[in-house]
Amino acid sequence: MQGEIFRIEIDSKETSSEAKVLEKKFKGKEHSFALEISKVYTIQHSFFKEQIEKIAKVLHNPVVETFRLNSPFSKKFDWALELGFLPGVTDNVANTTADIIDDLFKTEIGRNKVFTSKVLFITGNLKREDVEFIARELINTLIKRFHIKSYEQYLQDKGMDYKVPKVALEQSADVTFVDLDVDNKELATLGKQGIIDPKTGLRRGPLALDLDYMNTIKDYYKNLGRKPTDIEIESIAQTWSEHCKHTIFAAQLDDIEEGIFSRYIKAATIKVRQELGKKDFCISVFKDNSGGIIFDDKFMISHKVETHNSPSALDPFGGAITGIVGVNRDTIGFGQGALPITNVYGFCFGRPEDKTVLYRGKNKTNPAILPKRILEGVVHGVNVGGNCSGIPTPNGFVYFDDSYKGKPLIFVGTIGLMPRILPNKKLSHEKNALPGDNIVVIGGRVGKDGIHGATFSSEALDEGSPATAVQIGDPITQKKLSDSLVKEARDKELYNSITDNGAGGLSCSVAEMAKECGGFIVDLEKVPLKYPGLQPWEIWISESQERMTLAVPDGKLAAFMELMSDRGVESAVIGKFNNSNKAIVCFEEKEIFNIDMDFLHDGLPQRKLVTKPYNYIKEEPKISVDNHQALFEKILGNHNNCSFEFISKQYDHEVQNNSVIKPLIGKGRVNGNASVIKPVFESKKGVVISQSLYPRLSEISCYDMAACAIDTAIRNCVAVGGDINHLALLDNFCWCSSDNPERLSQLKDSAKACYDYAVSYKTPFISGKDSMFNDFKGFDENDNKIKISVLPTLLISSIGIIDDVNQTTSMDLKIPEDLIYVIGQTKDECGGSEFYYAHGKIGGKTPKVDAKNARKLYEKMHFLNKKELFSSCASVGQGGILITLAKMAIAGSLGAKIDVQKIPNDNLPIEKILYSESQSRFIVTIDPENEKSFEKEMNGFVAARIGVVKEGTGFVINNGDENIIDTNVKHLERIYKERFEDY
Amino acid sequence: MIPKVIIMSGYGINCETESAHAFEKAGAKCEIVHINDLISKKKRLLNYDIMMFPGGFSYGDDTGSGNAFANKLKNNLWDDLLEFINSKKLILGVCNGFQIMTNLGLFALEENTYGQRINAMQPNNSNRYECRWVHLKSKSEKCVFTRGIDKIHIPIAHGEGRFYCKQETFKKLKNNNQIVFTYCDESGLDAKGIYPNNPNGSMSDVAAICDFSGRIMGMMPHPERSIYSISAPDFQLKKEIAKRKGEVLPEMMEKVFLIFKNAVDYFKEEQV
Repeated sequence: MQGEIFRIEIDSKETSSEAKVLEKKFKGKEHSFALEISKVYTIQHSFFKEQIEKIAKVLHNPVVETFRLNSPFSKKFDWALELGFLPGVTDNVANTTADIIDDLFKTEIGRNKVFTSKVLFITGNLKREDVEFIARELINTLIKRFHIKSYEQYLQDKGMDYKVPKVALEQSADVTFVDLDVDNKELATLGKQGIIDPKTGLRRGPLALDLDYMNTIKDYYKNLGRKPTDIEIESIAQTWSEHCKHTIFAAQLDDIEEGIFSRYIKAATIKVRQELGKKDFCISVFKDNSGGIIFDDKFMISHKVETHNSPSALDPFGGAITGIVGVNRDTIGFGQGALPITNVYGFCFGRPEDKTVLYRGKNKTNPAILPKRILEGVVHGVNVGGNCSGIPTPNGFVYFDDSYKGKPLIFVGTIGLMPRILPNKKLSHEKNALPGDNIVVIGGRVGKDGIHGATFSSEALDEGSPATAVQIGDPITQKKLSDSLVKEARDKELYNSITDNGAGGLSCSVAEMAKECGGFIVDLEKVPLKYPGLQPWEIWISESQERMTLAVPDGKLAAFMELMSDRGVESAVIGKFNNSNKAIVCFEEKEIFNIDMDFLHDGLPQRKLVTKPYNYIKEEPKISVDNHQALFEKILGNHNNCSFEFISKQYDHEVQNNSVIKPLIGKGRVNGNASVIKPVFESKKGVVISQSLYPRLSEISCYDMAACAIDTAIRNCVAVGGDINHLALLDNFCWCSSDNPERLSQLKDSAKACYDYAVSYKTPFISGKDSMFNDFKGFDENDNKIKISVLPTLLISSIGIIDDVNQTTSMDLKIPEDLIYVIGQTKDECGGSEFYYAHGKIGGKTPKVDAKNARKLYEKMHFLNKKELFSSCASVGQGGILITLAKMAIAGSLGAKIDVQKIPNDNLPIEKILYSESQSRFIVTIDPENEKSFEKEMNGFVAARIGVVKEGTGFVINNGDENIIDTNVKHLERIYKERFEDY
Repeated sequence: MIPKVIIMSGYGINCETESAHAFEKAGAKCEIVHINDLISKKKRLLNYDIMMFPGGFSYGDDTGSGNAFANKLKNNLWDDLLEFINSKKLILGVCNGFQIMTNLGLFALEENTYGQRINAMQPNNSNRYECRWVHLKSKSEKCVFTRGIDKIHIPIAHGEGRFYCKQETFKKLKNNNQIVFTYCDESGLDAKGIYPNNPNGSMSDVAAICDFSGRIMGMMPHPERSIYSISAPDFQLKKEIAKRKGEVLPEMMEKVFLIFKNAVDYFKEEQV
């Protein structure tokens, strides 16, 4: 029985904050605009009117709200605009409301009975198109719907419509066979565009299987003497995807047979660990969901950084929230389960001022989302995901370049804390599903959301990119799951193995875990669904969020299931692990999937790829600077140097009470580039983290790009107190057009630098991830074909451990008359710098990193930080010495006076001294009393006193006797902060 | 006696660990208890002396911050809660805990009116979540938790922290000495509703209130995140200034820590 449809509408007595903020946003020059917003709960169930009234009462606060039941809004307005979800899109508020109703009446009304929406009652001289514009500004029509009524129509209809967005799917679940006995052309099309659905005749979406893969599969089934089922092909496509198997990093590249991952990344770690010997601090590298290093005798720290680029391009909010909540699961699923203690982020966007629309389809169809909207959605997505999960976010960056306009890069990472030894004396980072263990899935239910996520992210974004690839996040479902696992079940030893459901959904998590024992059998109809009517292949590969897969032995199953139920976590046994060497899936007692484990995991042929040298830029521009003040202000205020406080302050960085060096430094609240956290109350030890990338250097030298990113990520940590002898790295390669030999040669260059510098610095890689096709293919406004590729981007994340969080230093200037020193040599290395960029140039001379000497310096810096000799310390980064010094002054709200001549340099013109981005440099301040002891300590290193900290706000740069810049810190602070003030 | 503290957890509450740590540091015994374990009677509320609703995102703020969790408590544990209150025990709510207590109606203006909502915690003026450090000044001589506190530096982190009540309610709160903390500037001057000193647009700068008895307090800022000197954003500056004077910063931020110590001391003094 369907039941009557009720509409409970909750009105605010006074205009809500949301309405006021939207009024400000949409108030135009031509039209007046006022707004009231009502919350709507549409309930379809056989309730009595008194029951509905009771529900309405508990859904509002009578101090500030009133409710209406099946009755229209009584005030006058011009337009009513209702915003709600499309069928099948997870509606978290509705699910909570259903819980409230169930608890209120001690009943179970079941799923899909409550739907939420909101109605905007707009007063103003707007046309219907204007209202439609507003609707499209407020929602993403991939997941949400809108409905507009004029006041007259609203009166006539007595309100909005009584409709519910229910999913209507055919009930019959079918498995079809796929004919591979076709020619290569058809086989290639099948691999690219997907299986033809027998009912609709349409392709189901990308498999991202190249012809050589398709032929391997064809041969396998020829040997078996049968046709594959659709679920088998879909599953192989997931498992073999670039996203899951990193086929490019594993491919033979030129003469590197073992591939660049093995040759450059993994080999570096092996070598460093060997050299460190007893001082090796790695515990778990590359094999698990995260990498793990020693924190102290009791605890280990894990780290993982992911990207969620393609989903964020289509649905910025959804892509970002599922990105951050997804990488949290890489922590929860690390070893036996680590506690997430820190989130990090990094966003690469097009410039938000760019309003030129790109289209995925011809004739101005399927427009791509503009950079500003992507920025807003992504920033908000990480806000909701991180804040709701109770995980602090102390560190992040945002980087702007036009190359990210078609596809943004969304980096999200999570650090975890786990006892090294569990109560049962077992090592926490080891896990083994055993034959006979139950396959248990817990958390969210499965819907059509996130189908083909893994295969889709292995392709460039174009017209055919599936909307179902959008996933919806529900951080509270995951929070319940996370707490019940990491804070309870793990230490009660209730499971043998655990992993996350990410790319490829069950098809990947179950098959991966089965490697630990050697096989599995799953009964697919036991998987809890969001709504009926999903096809078996969809259930198997869906990437619906907030799910974990566990191996639970029979003897502990009852206790495990009871605990989950007590904590409000849905769980289901869906099969058994075994050692049959077979992967078997059944649906309603029929076997629909039977593949040898060996073939599923190792059947894919290794690729052979070749490179062709990339034509790097070599020429240096000739730039003469006549107005130093103007240039300084231009660079300080540009996108990549200015404040992004609006992001930092909307991410909770204080929860868990572990933050020491925070995202905003000093009174002046300047964005810092490294953070320190203190994760264990009883220990003084700290975790130091940073991140770095130099995409613009990819045009000059990808080798130096990687070297600079590594040096900067390490140096940023060292500046705040990090110890290079207990510091690890993570790599995230976000490349473009990785089928192009020139792009592959850039990749090879940067991977080689990763090896060289990780080994020289003795900083092992512990985890990494790559995303190889960050290209946008579509059309411009004149229907010309265009392709926008991201700059080859390598993000290096660093994570280190220090003994005492008291021995850390922040960058803000602190005490007037303290001495300012520059440490490190400034060279003619302006290639890719902010200075050249301000003149529209790239340049040819990249910063070169001298790891041998830098490592010595970093050890010395750590020693001096431990002696607490610095009153402030900053790593000289993007923008060079002048920008770094300006940020120190703004952060401390104090002035400074320096002499450029004193800065150690290779006989350079002033502007190069001020803006060169040479690596391995610091600016520090010290108490004048410590002058001698400091200078003695710096014996053998390049260091020079360049000036003093000044009381007040004067910011003076001299060149010998000549004054170059004379300004004040308050003025600089305004320039630093104004760009994103209204964001 | 050493009081036993029950720290509520479940459904998205997320500050239970550091809250328990703060109370333990102040000398109490703590237990983090999932709400379902109270409902199933695995644990009994009346076995504890202090109840704390920590911060977090219970039910993701769906249907209004704190509302769903408050409903669950009302539907299943209301009688126990009333008995707990009537036996003169203490309740502290922070952030989402304050929002839950608001929806439970725990800030009674007089006897026998627990359960009536007198205020609302509305979305911030910016309609956006914000994390920042603020200054508060103490206003109530009645509130058990804030004895000896004049001014504190403390972080907020919330999206729905704008305190609102009717004018006549506000008068009663004021006359009853139930306004506990208000937002102010570094020197203690009223924030006067102006951002950022008043971070959310709260009516009359209100950051915390208590019930008429002074034993039940709710506050938006997070004391459990600011008991250690090293947690403060100006720690590095203060450390340097202290060093030049040949001093060392104290480990604790004593004023904020008093919130927990007062609660523990209440049982030493008044109920031995």
